[in-house]
Parts: sequence; structure tokens; C-alpha cells
Amino acid sequence: MSAATDHIIVQSSRTSRAASIVALLLLATLLAAPWWAGRADLRLFGEIYLYVALACLWNFLAGYAGLVSVGQQAFVGFGGYCLFALAIFLGVHPMAAVPLIFILGTLISIPVAVLIFRLRGAYFAIGTWVIAEVFRLSAAQISALGGGSGTSLPVDIVRAIASSRSGREHAAYWAALAVAILVIASVYLFLRSRQGLALQAIRDNETAAQAMGIDIWRTKFFVYIVTAGLTSAVGALIFLQKLRISPDAAFSVNDWTAFVIFIVVIGGIGTIEGPIIGTIVFFLLRETLADLGSVYLLILGFVAIVVMLRAPSGLWGFVKSRTGIELFPTTRRVEPRRN
Amino acid sequence: MSIVLKLQDVSKAFGAITVSDELSYELQSGEALGVIGPNGAGKTSMFNLITGALTPDSGSIWFNGTDITGMSAAKRCRSGIARSFQIPQPFGAMTVFENALVAATHGAGLTKSEANEQCLSALEQTGLLPKANILAGNLTLLERKRLELTRALCAKPKLLLLDEIAGGLTEKECHSLVDTIKDIRSTGISIIWIEHIVHALLAVVDRLVVIDFGRKIAEGEPKAIMDSKQVKEIYMGIEVDV
Ligand SMILES: Nc1ncnc2c1ncn2[C@@H]1O[C@H](COP(=O)(O)OP(=O)(O)O)[C@@H](O)[C@H]1O
Ligand SMILES: [Mg+2]
Repeated sequence: MSAATDHIIVQSSRTSRAASIVALLLLATLLAAPWWAGRADLRLFGEIYLYVALACLWNFLAGYAGLVSVGQQAFVGFGGYCLFALAIFLGVHPMAAVPLIFILGTLISIPVAVLIFRLRGAYFAIGTWVIAEVFRLSAAQISALGGGSGTSLPVDIVRAIASSRSGREHAAYWAALAVAILVIASVYLFLRSRQGLALQAIRDNETAAQAMGIDIWRTKFFVYIVTAGLTSAVGALIFLQKLRISPDAAFSVNDWTAFVIFIVVIGGIGTIEGPIIGTIVFFLLRETLADLGSVYLLILGFVAIVVMLRAPSGLWGFVKSRTGIELFPTTRRVEPRRN
Repeated sequence: MSIVLKLQDVSKAFGAITVSDELSYELQSGEALGVIGPNGAGKTSMFNLITGALTPDSGSIWFNGTDITGMSAAKRCRSGIARSFQIPQPFGAMTVFENALVAATHGAGLTKSEANEQCLSALEQTGLLPKANILAGNLTLLERKRLELTRALCAKPKLLLLDEIAGGLTEKECHSLVDTIKDIRSTGISIIWIEHIVHALLAVVDRLVVIDFGRKIAEGEPKAIMDSKQVKEIYMGIEVDV
């Protein structure tokens, strides 16, 4: 018998099959949250989902494609401003605007990518930040959206989402949950595909990837623009939840990049599970320590340093290297064929 | 017989170091060519030029009648040139099987089931099948070299470039490597093999090219080349084991 007929290739494990059952139960519970959670909790959960989405996307960009951006706030803010512009100027329903904003974010990131892909390493990172500043300054010029001080979503547009306040809150909650699931599923399915195989090869060794027939520029370009589109859609939902936008809030490097990098680094960069674990840790810290004011930021920094020293591949990397567990299995394993 | 590869006056320098000096030769389809020369002569650089990891300062490179001098490395691989790296370059956080799969999927452009089949049989051929699920970063140096060969095979090349893959092997392992390369050759793949282990090389190749300071200083029938005065001078002090 030959090797080919004696073996099969599997891309899942018993743990991952068990995990997917748990995940479905969890998902059902979360979908029903408007019936069991309070108003404040619902809002907090919505925020957590949007951070999970942002962290997964940044991890996809930096942890897999090696594109260390410190300017993703450009797309968060772009998405937020597009939501307000589409709703106020063109009368687009805010929920219908979200998929549209995915497309707009993808399109605007194309010239940005062509420009900053000429830069390497630290220069690339600085380039992304400069682009984000250009976006912020441009948004501040739009006087119809309040210029530098920003604007609120007009009442009639807010009412169009749902007539009651709780209806609006539920819609925002489900939209946030949906986008988080969409982002995780997209990243997961991409990594399991042949393009995902190419991306992991690029992450490990660009010289060899190129020699094995992988077009590095094209793969990274695709990751960059899709990430930008999805980040813009998340940005739209963030400001749909807030109902108010200003250049400083929309293009905040702290809120949309620094915290996100913290989340990915402590959770585990280059894994799908890491950003989810990291977000949970981040919100646990924030909810228990936020009253401490600036001491809270010191503690965040301290946690980041301890994790980086003790578990450089993050909390999930630490677990994975000891147990080999993958909740989102992408590894292809060769197993003997059993009849 | 047709010409698979042609180098025409290919030159490349890094500052004062000339790694390729008006290098020209041709490789016939199905031929196995051996390349020898002292360390630092520019042998690996020649592979870098053929595969597109380096671009020449002047001269041109032709593959199956097409000028590929300006073609990207990825496209050259997809059109049928695959290499092993002298210093292994594994995808360290991927398994041995996945390393091979990258080449079969992206280099050879195979469909999922074809690619799986190609990888399993190549891993069996090179003896790495028992290590298929191990992360490539955890392999020993010798296993990494075998992975280099496996991966290059999975790209289904028309032209296979091997860079010092026999170093460090025992006599028995060396024999089985020679048999493997003969098998590969018998499927019609053209081969260029850079190797210091001369007896292994001579068991396979039809012709030898000798390179020193980026220049081709001799070319011809292996036995005659090894007996020539020029080669003996270069290898003075190195035990040539024919
Ligand atoms: N990218 C590079 N930049 C500068 N010098 C290089 C580079 N690559 C190779 N060299 C130099 O070119 C010479 C030839 O190297 P190489 O082609 O690896 O030789 P060989 O494979 O024959 O031992 C060496 O002196 C090496 O240091
Ligand atoms: Mg060399």
C-alpha cells in the first residue's frame, strides 16, 4: 500500500469538536442576553464584542501578515464618520450602512496600502500612524459633521433604528455580536484555506515562502484591505452604540490601537484564541480597577510586562505550548486511515 | 533534446565581492549537472540568481525558452523551478506535512486531494513520513535538510536545484540519498546539484561545472574534470574522495 492510500488528513481534533459544542451553547446564551441581562450589562457585552472583533483583526494583520500597524484607528474613525455621513446626508438606514461601510473601508484602504507597503518595519508602523492623523485632520474639516467638536446622530435617524430605547439597545447588541462572530469566522476560515496556508508560511519565513511560489505582496495586500474593511464596519457599530462622534474620539490611538495591542499581546499574538482571551482579561481588569484612575493604566502596563516576561507568546500561547490544545484548529494532521 | 536552462553572461557583485562573473552555461532537458567550487565561490548565489532571490547586474537567464531575468521568485517557482536551501529555511511553526503542502499547493498549484497525495508520497520517499505531524522548528539539522528536499519535490519542478544536501550523512544515508536523487532524475526532472561530497555527486551527474570567484573555470565530463590540473589546484588541501 502507498502512503497516500494509508493516510488521511484531518483538520480538527476531539478537543476542538468538544469546544465547538460548548461554543454553540455559549452562543445561544449570548444571543438570548437581551432577555436575561440588564441594560448596563448588555451595553458592556456589546463593547466587549466590538473589542474582540478589533483585536482579532489587529492580530490577523500583525500576528499573521507581519503588518504591525499602529494606525488602525484610521479605519475605526473612517467607519464611524461614514455611518454619520451616510445616515445624515444620504438618508441610509444605519444598519444598512454597515455592509456598505465594509466596502468603502476596503476601497479607501487600497491607495493607503499602495503607499505604505513601500515602507518596512518601524517605518511601516510610523506610516500607518501618519495616515491615521491625516484621516483625523480631514474629518475635523467636515463642518457639516461638526468639524473639530463633532456631532450627534439626529433623533429621527436614531428612531429609525427602532422606536423604543430598548429596541435600539437590543439591535446594537445583536449587531455587535454578529460582527464579532463574522470576524472570528472569517479569520478562522481564511486560515484554514489555501491562502491561509500561504499566510502562515509568510509569517514563518518570507524567503522560503517566496521560493515556494507564494506572492507575498499580494497576500499581505489582501489581508490589509479586508482587515481595513472589517475594521471600518466595526467602527461604524462602535459609533452607532455611542450615537455621538468627534475626531478625537473616532481616531483615538489609545482606544482603538493601544488597548487592542495590549489585548493581543497578553492573550497571545498569532493565535485565533489569543485575542478573545485577551479581551476578557482586559475587561475584567477594567471593570474591577477603573475607579482607580491613572493607577489603572499603571496596572495595565505592569500586567503587560509580566506577561511578556513570563509568557512571551501570551496567555494562550502558554496554554497551547503545554497542552497542544487548539480551540480553532487550523493545523492539518496526518493520521492512519482506519477502516 | 531541448534546453531547459540557459545562463548568458550573468554577473552580480556585492560591492567589491563578485559572486557571479559573466557566468554562462546551458542545461539540457533531463540532464543532471554537478557544481563544485570552494566555499564562497558563488555557488549558492548562482542558485539565488536562477530562482529570483537575487537579480543580476547584467546578463540574462532563460528557462524553457523564456527570458525569466525579470520574473519574480514566486512566479519562477510556479513555472517549474524549485530549490533546496543550503541553510535550511523551514516554516518553523508549521508541521512537516504543512511545509510540504505549501509547496504542493502554491508551487505546483495542485488541488487539495492532489496536493495531499503528492506530499504523502514525497514524505515517504524522503523518509520523513513518521515526522509528518512534528513542527518543522523542532527537527534536527539533518531532518531539516531532508525537509528541504521534500518541499522542493512537492513543488513538482521541471528543474530541481539542490544545494549541499549530502553533508553530515553517514555512508549508508548517503547511498540512499543518491538512490533517491537517481529516482527523481528518472522521472525526467532536470537537476543542478551543488555538492562537496564528490563521490555522491559523481554517482548521479552527467557533467560538472567548476566555479571559483564567480567564474566558470571548467566544464565537462566529470572524471576528466576531477583529474584536471585546475581542479586539483583549487582542491589542494581538500581530500577529494572519488
Ligand atoms: N546578500 C549578500 N550580501 C553580501 N555578500 C553576500 C551576499 N550573499 C553572498 N555574499 C557573499 O558572496 C560570496 C559567495 O557566497 P555564496 O554564493 O554563498 O558561496 P558558496 O555557496 O559558493 O559557498 C561570499 O563571500 C558571501 O559572503
Ligand atoms: Mg553555498
